[in-house]
Amino acid sequence: MAIVRLWWNYVRVGVLGEVQYRVNFLVQLLQSAIALATGLIVLALIFSYTQTLGGWTGPELLALMGVHTLVGGLIHMSIQPNMERLMQDVQNGTLDYALIKPADSQALVSVREFRLWQGVDVAIGAIVIGVAVFQLREALGWEQALGFGLALLCGAGMIYAFWLILTTGAFWWVRMENLLELWQGLYSAGRAPVGIYPDWLRYGLTFLVPVAFAVTVPAEAVTGRLTLETLAGAVALAAALLIGARWFWFFGLKHYSGASA
Amino acid sequence: MKNLLDFYVGQMRIAAVTQLQYRAANYFYMIGMVAEPIVYLVVWSTIAEAQGGVVGGYTAGGFAAYYIVWTLVRNMNIVFTPYGWEWRIREGQLSGMLLRPIHPLHGDIAYFAGWKVAVIILWLPIAAVLALVFRPEINPTVQEVVVFFIAIWGAYLIRTMLLWLLGMITFWTTRVGALFELYFAAELLLSGRLVPMSVMPPWVQALSAWMPFRWAFQYPIEALVGDLPTEQLWLGLGMQALWIVLAGGAALIAWRWAVKQYSAVGG
Repeated sequence: MAIVRLWWNYVRVGVLGEVQYRVNFLVQLLQSAIALATGLIVLALIFSYTQTLGGWTGPELLALMGVHTLVGGLIHMSIQPNMERLMQDVQNGTLDYALIKPADSQALVSVREFRLWQGVDVAIGAIVIGVAVFQLREALGWEQALGFGLALLCGAGMIYAFWLILTTGAFWWVRMENLLELWQGLYSAGRAPVGIYPDWLRYGLTFLVPVAFAVTVPAEAVTGRLTLETLAGAVALAAALLIGARWFWFFGLKHYSGASA
Repeated sequence: MKNLLDFYVGQMRIAAVTQLQYRAANYFYMIGMVAEPIVYLVVWSTIAEAQGGVVGGYTAGGFAAYYIVWTLVRNMNIVFTPYGWEWRIREGQLSGMLLRPIHPLHGDIAYFAGWKVAVIILWLPIAAVLALVFRPEINPTVQEVVVFFIAIWGAYLIRTMLLWLLGMITFWTTRVGALFELYFAAELLLSGRLVPMSVMPPWVQALSAWMPFRWAFQYPIEALVGDLPTEQLWLGLGMQALWIVLAGGAALIAWRWAVKQYSAVGG
C-alpha cells in the first residue's frame, strides 16, 4: 500500500508540473493526430490491395492499431520516462539520492516520473479500439472485456520488467541510450499481428522482447481470438519476468559502487 | 579551400574513429532501425504473394531487395536532428559554434559524413544476414553500382540541408514537436520509405514528383534495385544536385535570419 501512496504522490506532482504547460497538451494532441492519420493511411493502403492480412480483416487490424497506440501511450507516460531518468542518474551519479531514501529502491525508481500529456495516446488508442469493436459488429461480452483487461495488464507488466532488466544493465554499460532506439524499432513491429512474421522473428517478438504479449494478445481478446491457454501463458510469463526483473535489479545494485567511489 | 578540405578530413576522421569506438551502441541503434523495414517487407511480401506474386511491380524478392538496400539509405539519411537545435541553443553550444571561422553547416556535414563511413562498415554484416534470411532478387550492373554510390551521398546531402532548414524554426519557437512530426509523416509517405511509390495511388506519386523526399530515399534504392533506363539513372543525380542547391541555399538564408534572432542564453 505504501507503494501505491508513493506512486500517487509522484503522479500528483507530475500532473501539477505538467498542467502549467497547457500548450504542450495541444502540441501532444497534434502529434498524436498526425501519428493516427499516418496509421490510418497505411491501413487504407494495405486494404486497397487485399481483404485480409495474415488472417486479420480491416477492423481487426484497426483494433490492433488501437492497442498499439494505447500501450505505446502507457509506455511513454510512465515506463520510459522513469527508466530514462534511471539511466541518467547512473551516468550522473545522482542515483545515490534515490538509494538513500527509505522506500523500496525498485519501487522508487519506477514511479518518480509521470508524463500526463502522453496520456493523449492512451485516450486515442481507446477510442480507436472502440471504433474497431463497433465496426466488428460483435457485442463484446464481459468475458472478452475481462480477458482484454487482464491481457493488457500482463503486457504492461512484461514491458515494465523488460525495460527494468535492460536499464539495470546501465550499472555495467553506462551508454544505454541507444537501447531506446532498439526498443522503438522493435515496438513498431507490433503494428502488424505477430502471426505474419517468419518463425524466428515471431518467437523473438514473443519471448525475447514481449511485444507480442503486449500488443497482439490484448488485440486478440478484442477480436475474439484469445484462447484460455494464451491468456494463462501471458499471466505466467508476466509473473516470471516481474520476479526475474526484481532479482536482477538487486543483483545489479550490488555491483553499483555509487558516484563517489 | 585547402583549409576547408583539411577541416573536412580532420572532422570526418574524428567522427569515424569516435563512432567505431562505440560499436555496441551503434549496433543497438542500427538493429532497432532494421525492425522498421522488416515490418514493411513482411507485410508487403505477404500481400504480393496473396495477389498472385506482384504488387506495384515488385515481387516478394523485389521487396526484399528494396527493403534491404533501404536499411543503408535510411542510415545515410540520419543527419543532425532538428530537435537538436533546442539543445544547442539552450546549452549554449551555439555560442561556441558562432565563434569559429568556418560556417557551422560545414561542421555538421563533415562530422556526420565521417560517422557514415563507420556506419557503412558496420552495416555490411547486417546486410549479409538480411540477404541470407530474406533472399532478395538483385542483379545490378556496374553502372548502377556506380550511380548508387554517388546517390547515397547525394541523399545524405539533401537530407542534411532539409533538416537544417527545418531546425532553423527553433530560433523562433521551441514548440516545434508537432511541426517536425508533420514533416516526418509527409516524408515517410512521399519518400518511398514506407513503400515504393509505385505501390501508392497515382495522385500520391504525382505529388511526390514535386517534392525532394524521394530523391533522398527511393531514388538511390531504385538505382541499385530497379531497372531504371540509363538516362533516368543519371538524370536522378542531376535532380539530387538541384535539390541540394535549392535546399542548401534556403538553409543558408534561413540561418542568416535565424542568427539575427539569437541572443545567447546566459549571455
